[in-house]
Amino acid sequence: MIRTEELLLNVGPQHPSTHGVFRIIVKIDGEVITEAIPVMGYLHRGTEKLAESLNYTQIIPYTDRMDYVSAMTSNYVLVHAVETMMNLEIPERAQYLRLVVMELQRVASHLVWWGTYLLDIGAMTPFLYAFRDREKIIDMFNELCGARLTYNYMRVGGVKWDAPVGWIDKVREFIPYMRKNLEEFHNLVSGNEIFLARIKGIGKYDAQTAIDYGLSGANLRSAGVKWDLRKDQPYSIYDRFDFDIPVGVNGDCYDRYVIRMEEIRQSLRILEQAMAQFPTDGDIMGKVPRIIRPPEGEVYVRIESPRGEIGCHIVSRGKAEPYRLKFRRPSFVNLQILPKLLVGETMTNLVTILGGIDIVVGEVDA
Amino acid sequence: MSEDQDKNPEATGKVEVTDEGKATPTEQTVEKIKEIQATDPSIQTTSEPSDAPAAEIQEDVDAEKEAKLKANREARAARDAARAEAAKLKAAEAAGVAGATGAAKAVEGDATEPEQPKAPSPNQPKLDRIVQIIKESIGEQAVVEAYINEKDRELPCLIIDKNHWLETALLLRDNPELELHYLRNVSGTDQETHMEVAYYLINLNNKQDYFIKVKTDRDGGEIPSVTSVWQTANWNEREIYDLLGVNFSDHPDLRRIMMPDDWVGYPLRKDYEPIDPEV
Amino acid sequence: MEDFLQKTLGWGNFTIFAISAIAMLLISLGFVTYFIYFERKVIGWMQFRIGPNRTGPLGLLQSVADVAKLLMKEDTIPKKADKALFILAPVITYVPSFMVLAVIPYSETLYFTDLNVGLLYYIALSGISTIGIVLGGWASNNKYALLGGMRSAAQMVSYEIPLVISVTGVIMISGSLNLRMIAMGQEGWFWHWNIVPQILGFVIFTIAAIAELNRTPFDLPEAESELISGYHVEYSGFRFAFFMLSEYTYVYAIAALTTVLFLGGWYAPAPFLDFIPGLIWFFAKFAFVVFFLFWIRATLPRIRIDQLMSLGWKWLLPLSLLNLFLTAIYMEIFR
Repeated sequence: MIRTEELLLNVGPQHPSTHGVFRIIVKIDGEVITEAIPVMGYLHRGTEKLAESLNYTQIIPYTDRMDYVSAMTSNYVLVHAVETMMNLEIPERAQYLRLVVMELQRVASHLVWWGTYLLDIGAMTPFLYAFRDREKIIDMFNELCGARLTYNYMRVGGVKWDAPVGWIDKVREFIPYMRKNLEEFHNLVSGNEIFLARIKGIGKYDAQTAIDYGLSGANLRSAGVKWDLRKDQPYSIYDRFDFDIPVGVNGDCYDRYVIRMEEIRQSLRILEQAMAQFPTDGDIMGKVPRIIRPPEGEVYVRIESPRGEIGCHIVSRGKAEPYRLKFRRPSFVNLQILPKLLVGETMTNLVTILGGIDIVVGEVDA
Repeated sequence: MSEDQDKNPEATGKVEVTDEGKATPTEQTVEKIKEIQATDPSIQTTSEPSDAPAAEIQEDVDAEKEAKLKANREARAARDAARAEAAKLKAAEAAGVAGATGAAKAVEGDATEPEQPKAPSPNQPKLDRIVQIIKESIGEQAVVEAYINEKDRELPCLIIDKNHWLETALLLRDNPELELHYLRNVSGTDQETHMEVAYYLINLNNKQDYFIKVKTDRDGGEIPSVTSVWQTANWNEREIYDLLGVNFSDHPDLRRIMMPDDWVGYPLRKDYEPIDPEV
Repeated sequence: MEDFLQKTLGWGNFTIFAISAIAMLLISLGFVTYFIYFERKVIGWMQFRIGPNRTGPLGLLQSVADVAKLLMKEDTIPKKADKALFILAPVITYVPSFMVLAVIPYSETLYFTDLNVGLLYYIALSGISTIGIVLGGWASNNKYALLGGMRSAAQMVSYEIPLVISVTGVIMISGSLNLRMIAMGQEGWFWHWNIVPQILGFVIFTIAAIAELNRTPFDLPEAESELISGYHVEYSGFRFAFFMLSEYTYVYAIAALTTVLFLGGWYAPAPFLDFIPGLIWFFAKFAFVVFFLFWIRATLPRIRIDQLMSLGWKWLLPLSLLNLFLTAIYMEIFR
């Protein structure tokens, strides 16, 4: 009589496909997962605790390190929260600069996702294609604020640096360039039979489940829920732009893939319109008190980061430091559905599903 | 750190701008702020951290706490006055625009006296309605307090009694009028006198959102877990348990999530003392 | 070469055999070294990179440096590993990969054996390497390695069958298992090559061969992104090098085998091009097959294990059987 035994396998904390120090304890029967327990906290730096003894400007660099693939949006959510509390007016040029960097960041972030996702699935070349184009964006950011990953670019009331001469033209040139390359990406990958067989129908959930688990971003939209904060609860100046929100049908990894690819295109559309409207000059900092002390009270702002709804909940007691600062990190919330999706899948699909959720461990652990 | 260095000139630049902006009407208040800053070094430390490293602040915390609190109160009062002035100025500038005047009024009302009657919020009917629904279905005692959070997009805010929280949560999710099926954020706060857990709920179809608070005791306080109502709450509650020590009864898997399993204490509590104060 | 093989074995002959075997080993090692170099270069170009260019002129010494590094590395054996098997596994994997090279003819005159069951010999020996991989995975006492080893066993068993059956078509046409005879049967124009009548067999053979080589898109046993690096995750230093070496030696062997079986061996595509030596033609075709493998690797993602199985059993096996029947009908009509 042959007896099969379940194998307890530690995926992570050091594993190429967990995209950071993240661990999943999986019970496998052959290659089929019977149980999955995510373990996190390896990258927990206590951002929220640290923030309580720092003033708001000092917290901005910490937000960079949360979602390090999309630092601009993390920057923005904090300054946006403080600005909402203080009822500050942001100069037009700063608004546009913020929007442009956030949309560029979305493109860059989705490119990283695209590349690493294909790498997870076993194709190496797309990764380098994606990074070639992301590099262009990173270079632009570097020129703008002197950093390639942790920008520390936004400030309460505006942005730290004005666009250097010729920078806007570079963004203008980038849009058609990226459009062309996006076509190339589709030609290279999107129709590949092996790739489609790997992601179609994998990691499926319906809209009800997605909402119940509080998923956001492409994870929510893939299940057919049309919910994009840029459209549904507009912040910044998104209401001035015309763009579409791609929505999936099946809620599987393929839909998430298609949505993210389409979001790149839509971001380019937004950028194109922003370039046309971009104010030629103006202030980049609004009128901000010397010491930033939001009034007593609390506020929760939320924006659409490339990974979903990133929120910032500030409880202020009228001091220069927040009394309590809580970030709603989309990666953390989206990851909750993972154990549910993994049961009954193979080891290979673990990588596909985890990659499809698109987490950044810095953000999961904060 | 570099951001500290580049923060300084920026801050000074900002002050100039601000001073110029409201030079005539608020000269006095600006003077006052400056005066407070000059007299009390603790303000300086809090506002300009590049002058004093964080460790130093922490060491002096106990000694300076009282003075700081006092100074902060003063500063706040001064700043509120300044804001009222600024708002008035703004209102005067944008006299033609009705919306701007309204906003300025709201700020002004907030700054002067909370008891003063202010223009009813556009969300007031929403708030009244949700309170009514809860009170009808659960009972009068379920809603402890209901108000509008002006700072946060006039968000209707409810404080729910923790003993009624689970049934209220179910009601909020299932009531055909509310259908708050999406829990977007859960965050816990140590309010020093009590623990507070805030839930941000939204209905994705009609985009109505609400802000619910549940309070509990600091020591051994329990709040019913709403994981069975919204799956989102699962890890969020674990995080709050881990960092703030709020117990969620009937949580399916209440373990530490961020800190190591053998960690002692709850780091986000205000009275938490790190093992090594230098760290 | 034939004369040597026909002579009775004396000391002189034995020495010559031994020397040529060692020469062959060195050639294959040199090939592997530069195969890796070219793989990195070619894939680098495909990916907008430069590839190795620091060690030696044009980076030519990069692989040499890598091998030197692997040789000098500390030899680690996990404490709980099955020591004997752990040491044996790379050897079992490598030896057959080198042994199969014996039957490959390079030109009309340059060959090392004239075995009349050459093809059978090749397939039989290459199957042994699988045992080495499974053993390595098992002996490491590592769960990832074990999974990799298991995958490898499943994959090899599944793809050996369509591989053999797809080659049977070629055997039927040429009427021999001797690789020299098979190559000689393809003399003439390029449409006399086996690839033309055996196009279906060729496609099946290529797919199954890539699977046998554990290369993308069938690199499941090592699957970097899932199983870290599969069966050789615990190996380092020269033991690891042996796994690498056998993998690349098999690439050499499979590329040569494809050339001989389907691409007309050392024959020029047209008779009037005969003035170019057969050896050059052989290596040109061989290089093309190798390049094709790089190309595949740079383009395709990895297939999933259950898809691999269903592809092998549900598609390749029936198709290879169909190919057998079609070949029989073809032969009945045209001969």
